[in-house]
This record gives sequence, C-alpha cells and structure tokens, in this order.
Amino acid sequence: MSARTSPIFGKLWMLLVYVFLYLPLVFMVVFSFNSTKQDARFTGFSLRWYEALLRDSKLVDGFLLSVKVALTTGVLSAVLGTLAAFVLVRYTHFRGRALFSGMATAPLVMPEVIVGLSLLLLMVGAQTWLGWPQRGMMTIVMGHTLLGMAYAMVVVQSRLQEMDRTLEDAAMDLGARPYQVFFLVTLPNIAPAILAAFLLSFTLSFDDVVIAEFLSGPGVNTLPQVVFGYARRGINPTVYAAATLLIAALTVVVVAYSVAIARQSRRRERETYSPK
Amino acid sequence: MPGRRFVISLPYLWLTLFFALPFLILFYISFVDIGEDLAPFKPLWDAQGVLHLKYENYWSIFKSPGGGVLFDTLYVEAYGRSIAYAFVTAFLCLLIGYPFAYFLARSPERYRPALLLLVMLPFWTSFLLRIYAWKGLLSDFGIINQTMMALGLIDEPIYMLYTDISMLVGMTYVYLPFMVLPLYANLVKLDVRLLEAAYDLGASPLRAFWLVTVPLSRRGIAAGCVLVFVPAVGEFVIPSLLGGPENIMIGRVVWDEMFSSNNWPRATALAVIMIAVIVLPLALFSKLAPSTQDSVRP
Amino acid sequence: MNTTAPLPPFLATQKLTKQFDDAKAVDEVSLSIQRGEIFALLGSSGCGKSTLLRMLAGFESPTSGRIILDGQDVSGRPPYERPVNMMFQSYALFPHLNVWDNVAFGLRREGLAKSDIQARVSEMLQLVQLHDFAKRKPHQLSGGQQQRVALARSLAKRPQLLLLDEPLGALDKKLREQTQFELVNIIESVGVTCVMVTHDQEEAMSMADRIAVMSKGQVLQVGTPQEIYEFPNCRFVADFIGNVNLFEGVLCEDEVDHCAIDSPLGRLEVGHGVTGTLNMPVALAVRPEKMRVSKVRPDVSHNLMQGVVQEIAYLGAHNNYIIKAANGQLVKAMQANTSRHNDTPITWDDEVYFWWYDDAGVVLRS
Repeated sequence: MSARTSPIFGKLWMLLVYVFLYLPLVFMVVFSFNSTKQDARFTGFSLRWYEALLRDSKLVDGFLLSVKVALTTGVLSAVLGTLAAFVLVRYTHFRGRALFSGMATAPLVMPEVIVGLSLLLLMVGAQTWLGWPQRGMMTIVMGHTLLGMAYAMVVVQSRLQEMDRTLEDAAMDLGARPYQVFFLVTLPNIAPAILAAFLLSFTLSFDDVVIAEFLSGPGVNTLPQVVFGYARRGINPTVYAAATLLIAALTVVVVAYSVAIARQSRRRERETYSPK
Repeated sequence: MPGRRFVISLPYLWLTLFFALPFLILFYISFVDIGEDLAPFKPLWDAQGVLHLKYENYWSIFKSPGGGVLFDTLYVEAYGRSIAYAFVTAFLCLLIGYPFAYFLARSPERYRPALLLLVMLPFWTSFLLRIYAWKGLLSDFGIINQTMMALGLIDEPIYMLYTDISMLVGMTYVYLPFMVLPLYANLVKLDVRLLEAAYDLGASPLRAFWLVTVPLSRRGIAAGCVLVFVPAVGEFVIPSLLGGPENIMIGRVVWDEMFSSNNWPRATALAVIMIAVIVLPLALFSKLAPSTQDSVRP
Repeated sequence: MNTTAPLPPFLATQKLTKQFDDAKAVDEVSLSIQRGEIFALLGSSGCGKSTLLRMLAGFESPTSGRIILDGQDVSGRPPYERPVNMMFQSYALFPHLNVWDNVAFGLRREGLAKSDIQARVSEMLQLVQLHDFAKRKPHQLSGGQQQRVALARSLAKRPQLLLLDEPLGALDKKLREQTQFELVNIIESVGVTCVMVTHDQEEAMSMADRIAVMSKGQVLQVGTPQEIYEFPNCRFVADFIGNVNLFEGVLCEDEVDHCAIDSPLGRLEVGHGVTGTLNMPVALAVRPEKMRVSKVRPDVSHNLMQGVVQEIAYLGAHNNYIIKAANGQLVKAMQANTSRHNDTPITWDDEVYFWWYDDAGVVLRS
C-alpha cells in the first residue's frame, strides 16, 4: 500500500503540519528566556521573566483560582457525565430520551458565546429572584461543568458501550443488587474512562476564557482571563514564562500517563495466557 | 427498577436547569423592550397582562432604523463575515488536515499512538496562550517577517497582524485538531483490501483515492466540517487578539451589545439568530450521518 | 393400596411464554425437571432456548406462565433474589478481580462470615483443581481454566438450580471431549439440578440425562437421549438429531402390531402399529446405520430396494454411502468396518441393494 503513495510526500506533509502545530509553543518557550522584550531576536539568556512571573500576583492568583475551578469542574463533570452516559447507554427507552441526548451533546458544538450568554442570563435571573448566586467562582464552575459534562459523557459512553454486559448479569446472578453491580463491577471497569473524562474536563476548564468572561464577577479572574487582559495590551514575555511552565507541567503529566498506560498494557500482554 | 428514576432525573434536571432553561430565557429576552433606569429590560407582559413582543429587536438587525437598504447593517455584515470565516477555516482545515489524517492512518501501527499524542499535546496546552504566541509571531517585526526578510524573500515586512491573514491562520491553527481527529478515526478503519481490489481492477492510485477512499470517508469529512464550522461561527477570542476592526465577528458583536451598549434584548436576538444559523448545518449533518455503520444494500 | 405418587418435579415451568413485540420467543413451554438431573434444552439458534434459560435465571420476565422451583413460585423474582446461578458462555469472569475474589463474590453478597467464605471458596477451588491459581487474574488463565473458575463461582453459593449457557461452546474440539466428562462429574458429585442450553447435539446427548428439543419457541419432544434418537416424534426431531432417511408415503395398512406405508419406492413394512387413520400422510424414519447395503441380493422379503451409489466417504471406522434410489431420492447408509478385508467392495456407480428390517424405522405423523 505505501509503495504506491509516495512515502516521502506523506512524511513531509506530516512534518510540516507538526511544525505548524508546535511553532507557537517552541517560540514561547525559547523567548521566555529572552533577556529583552524583543520577540524577533534572541538577545541573550535570562530568567527575568520567570522572576516577574512569580512577583505578578494577578497571574499567580489567577492560576490558583483556575486550579480550584478546574478541579471542581473536573469532579462534577466526571460524576454527571458518567451518570448521563450510563443513562443513555443502559436505558434505551424512557420518555424524553431524544431530548436528553440532544441537550447533553449540544454544548459540544455550540459556540461558547451562546453558552456563556444564556448562562449569564440564568444567573442574573436567579440572582434577581432568589438572591443567589453571586457571580464568581461558583458561577464559573457551573458554566464549565455544563461543557465538561458533555465531553465527559462522550468519553465514558464509548467505554460503557464497549464493556461486556454479561459481567453485570453475572454480578446480579450472584446476588448483587443493581447499585452494588454499579459500584462493584461497572465502575471498576470504566474507571480509566472516568479518569480520562476528569482530565479532559479539567483541561477544558483550565483553558476556558469566554465562559469565564461572561460568568465571572468583579475581582474574580481565572488565569486565562488575566492572560486575555494582558494580550489585548500588547506582548508581555511574562506570559511566555507562564506558558512555558504550563507546557512543561502538561508534558510531564501526559508523558507520565502515556508511559504508565503503555507499561500496563505491555505487562498485561506478557501475563496473558498463551498456549505453549 | 426503582433506582432508575433517580439515576435518570439527576442529570436530566441539571441539563434542564442549565441548558434548556437558559435558552428559554434567551429566547424570552429577545422579545422584550429595553428597560428604563437600571433594569436591563422590561418584562414581556405589562401591568395589565398584555403581551408586548418587540419584533423590532430582530428587525433592527436586518434593517437600520434610520432607513437604508435591507440587509445593509453591520450586524448582517458581521454574520456574513463570521460564516465566511468559518467556512474558509473549515475548508483550510480540510485541505491541510485530510492528507495529514490520511498519512497518519497509513503510518506503521507502532508509531501511531505516539504520533496521535503529538497532535493532541498542543491541543491540551492553553489555546489562549497559543493564539497569544501567534500575535508575536505574526507581528510586523516578529520572527516570521524577520526570517523572510533575512532570507531575501521580501523587502518589507508583510502586514499580517490584525488582518484576514492572522485571523485565518489563528482559526485554522486552533481548529485543525477538530478536523484531524474525526477524519483519522474514519480513515483508520478503512479496509485496505478495498483499495487493493480497486488496484486489481485497474484503477491508478489517484483514481482509487477519489473513487474509493474519499467517498468512504464522507462521514469523517462531514463530522470534521461540522466540528469546525459550528463553533467557529461564534469564535470570540481569536478576532479579539488577532483581528482588527474590520474583522469583527458576530461573537464580539454580541458581547459589545451586551456589555457595552447594555442592549440585552438585541444581544439575545443576535444570539438566537446565530443559533438558527448553526442549526442548519447540524441538521444537515445528522441527515448525512444517521448511524455509525455504512450499510451496503444488495 | 400403596401407590407411590410420582415425585413432584423439582423445577417446573407452567405454560411459560415470552413475547417480544411481534414474535413469541417462548411459546407456552411446560417442563418438569427432576431434582439432581442434568436437563438439556437443545435447538438451533432462534428456537427460544436461550430466552427460556434467561427467564429461569431472572434476566427476562415471562409474559405469562410461571416458574416453580422447589415448590416456590420464582417467576417474578429478580436474579439476585433467586437460588439460581448461571455459568455464562463467555464465562463473564470479573477482569478486575482475581480467581479467589471472583469465586467469593457471590458469597460476600450473602454477608457470610469471613471464615465461612474462606472455607467455601477453598472447597470450590479444590473441586475444580485450581487452588494454586487463586491469586491469578482471569487474563492469566487458559480458556479451560477460566471455565473452571466460572463453574466454581456458580457453584459456590450451593444454588438449587445451576444453569449452563452453551458450556462447551467456547472450547476447541479436543478440549471439548475431556471437559464434557469433567463437567458432568463435578455437577453430579455436587448433586445440583442442572439445566443446560446448547445447539450441539453431541454435547446434549453425551452430557444430559434428558433432552428437550426446541424449535420456534416450542418444545417438540422431551426424552432421554436414546428415546429422542430412536423414537423421534416428528420429522423435525428425527432430522435434527443425527442423520435420518425420511420416506414419505401414505398409511395403507394399520394393525395393532404392524402397519404398512404406500410410498413412491414401494410398499414399506413397519414392525409396529400406529395410531392413525388409513390414507393419512406419514413418513418413515430410518437411521443410516440401520440401512443395509450390499452388491449381492439379500434374502429379505420386504423393504428391499435398488439404487446406484452416488457418493462414498471412507471414514476409517465406518463408511458413509449416498445411494440414489429409483425415484431419485438420495438415501444415506452407514456401515461399520468390522473386518479389515472386504470381499465385495462397493464403489461409485455400483448398483446396489439397500434394505432395512421392519423394526428399524419409526413412523412419523408430523
């Protein structure tokens, strides 16, 4: 097969695309160590921007807030998304199923502006009528969870569908009631998917700016919001430093996760019985 | 089973509360009048319970109140521009992404997980930061211009930032993975034996590609285009950072109406129309891709 | 006057029916199964046997009818409330638990004391000879070992009824024969009543005490393997089990101890009477091993025909012949190779005589 389509062309194309994808990242990492504010020439190695980063309370506060929001969102999304996935996969007939399915997956494609705007209206309405909630971290979490739940559901749904149903039958046959079946058999089997769902929602929440802008209150700013503010005022290499740290952290996490998965599957392969 | 009702109702309630309800409110407010004093809008029913639907909110989007040609408003312009950008972005993503996904799917199996990971990695790093980087890269004295001048390709810097160029570069950059992934998922399942059969019957590689591979990847193409087009229409961040005053997209317009002009009814009306604009491709998509399996009719 | 009333069946289904939308998967099935017997539901796919089994387990609820187990109506009970355990075709071992925990799973749901659980699990693993593998996970075991774990797990709770879903289906042929006997031995040593489902006649015939042949949701015949084989009650059962020759015809004579059938191949004499009316359409079923073949005309007075040999399969222990009779019907005959030398070997296109004795066939009315 590969003999017929030129392998050189393919590899070249892929390489170019990878270069395109990584260009901004590499650029930021390199220039975060630049000794001046210049972004076209590398004038010398310096850690000044990293020092500036640590002294920039707005960025640091934003980072901490983003972590809190993302953790909460991740957990909530994973739970709600798993429930929603369970409902859609296991319960094939109930009233309003199509509507449920539509509502759960729509946030995936909707422009964030619409999601943000409508949620803002809801919050304002709730505030007027119920006196709660105040716009701030809570409201951002609610908005992020709506999105995160949709992604979480997709991830868990796929794993749930793959899972061997007879395992649940076997558990019931052996005396486990439905809720026991879920916690003792289903959950352990979809655990990797739930973890992936958590990570995905976490990342999405940590990265979001639009919904946060719509739903945050005065003085409450997530990291992306702070960066967004800086971005409109011009180039600030402190942001490059922040980016480099984030990229480094992310790379470590992703590589560690992948290595762990790879090692686990290789171990499993070795252990799996094969007739001699 | 008794627990079933509880399990269904919890996420259902959440969705109704945070998805359906906000939309209804959105729709409602698009029909009210601007409020007086500090209230952003008046209620839909007045004190006597009479309904006042302010269609003007919608109408003024299409025709300037002070007279003028129909459809000649900055709103319509913004919609048109947004759709155009989204469309061109989808096209560019397809152009770049299809070959990439194709070659990725054809690459040796042991490299694929790593290659896929390399595609996803930038996606997980903050998209805001990456757009920020492009601001630096594309600026007049930024590294791209400097390199091109140093290589003698151009004499003067190309004015890229805050133009269509920077917009499209940014949009394509951000949405590329959304095109690549569904395409890859589709192409990787393609049975190579179908192509072998085509070669056996005398087709050249190019013809086989056109007649076999592309039609079979129809679903992936449709999915990728929808996943790019729909969110791209409402894109907010990229025009703010990489776009100039002539590149305003509808997402930004909604924001401005909402927070600058404080005209909530019009902002929501704009949003409702945006939804209508999006629903069309989505409906088309669900017609084209009803199931996950291609069925072969005898 | 001392008549021992027949024992009430240990497991009984009473007109058990399962309706899915437009089709009846199980159609008013009434079975009586004795305590301790191994009972097989035999049929091809779609006959309803799996649905019936699932109803016994509690995974499907009957549309109508009842299931009585040891005097109690369990029809409406969910699976976790029945004293019934099932061994699944795919074994369904919990991949995240090791062998010990898999077997202990059901016992832990019962809330037994830790020491009791330990003793019982140990006992079960000894029974299936997997005690040394207790710490292993399912993916570290061979197919046969996995099955034994599944069996141990399903017996651990000492159920009143054991259900087997295509027990030998997942094993390769060589393993199958050995496992057949092992399974039966274990089940009989435990003494549990067992209902198994299979599409493989050999499996059913070798493992079960009694068999119910099913088709289209109904039970066609219940009997011991021998009864089913030698005395099928209809064409379907006769054809389903093993091979058979069916001679269609019309009943032309009917006495108490013999009858005769008028068929396109001539008059067929049968050594037993049937309850029927003259001129009713019937078929005579003759198994291939009871069909005699020879190139030399034998000294018999009836059921003697001539034909041409179309196919021969020399299978070592026996020969299979396919003979074209005068009316074009293809007749199957099987002869054992009792001697190493054959004086009059039969080969293709030979003209041969074939016949059977009048007690070798069974008259079928349906």
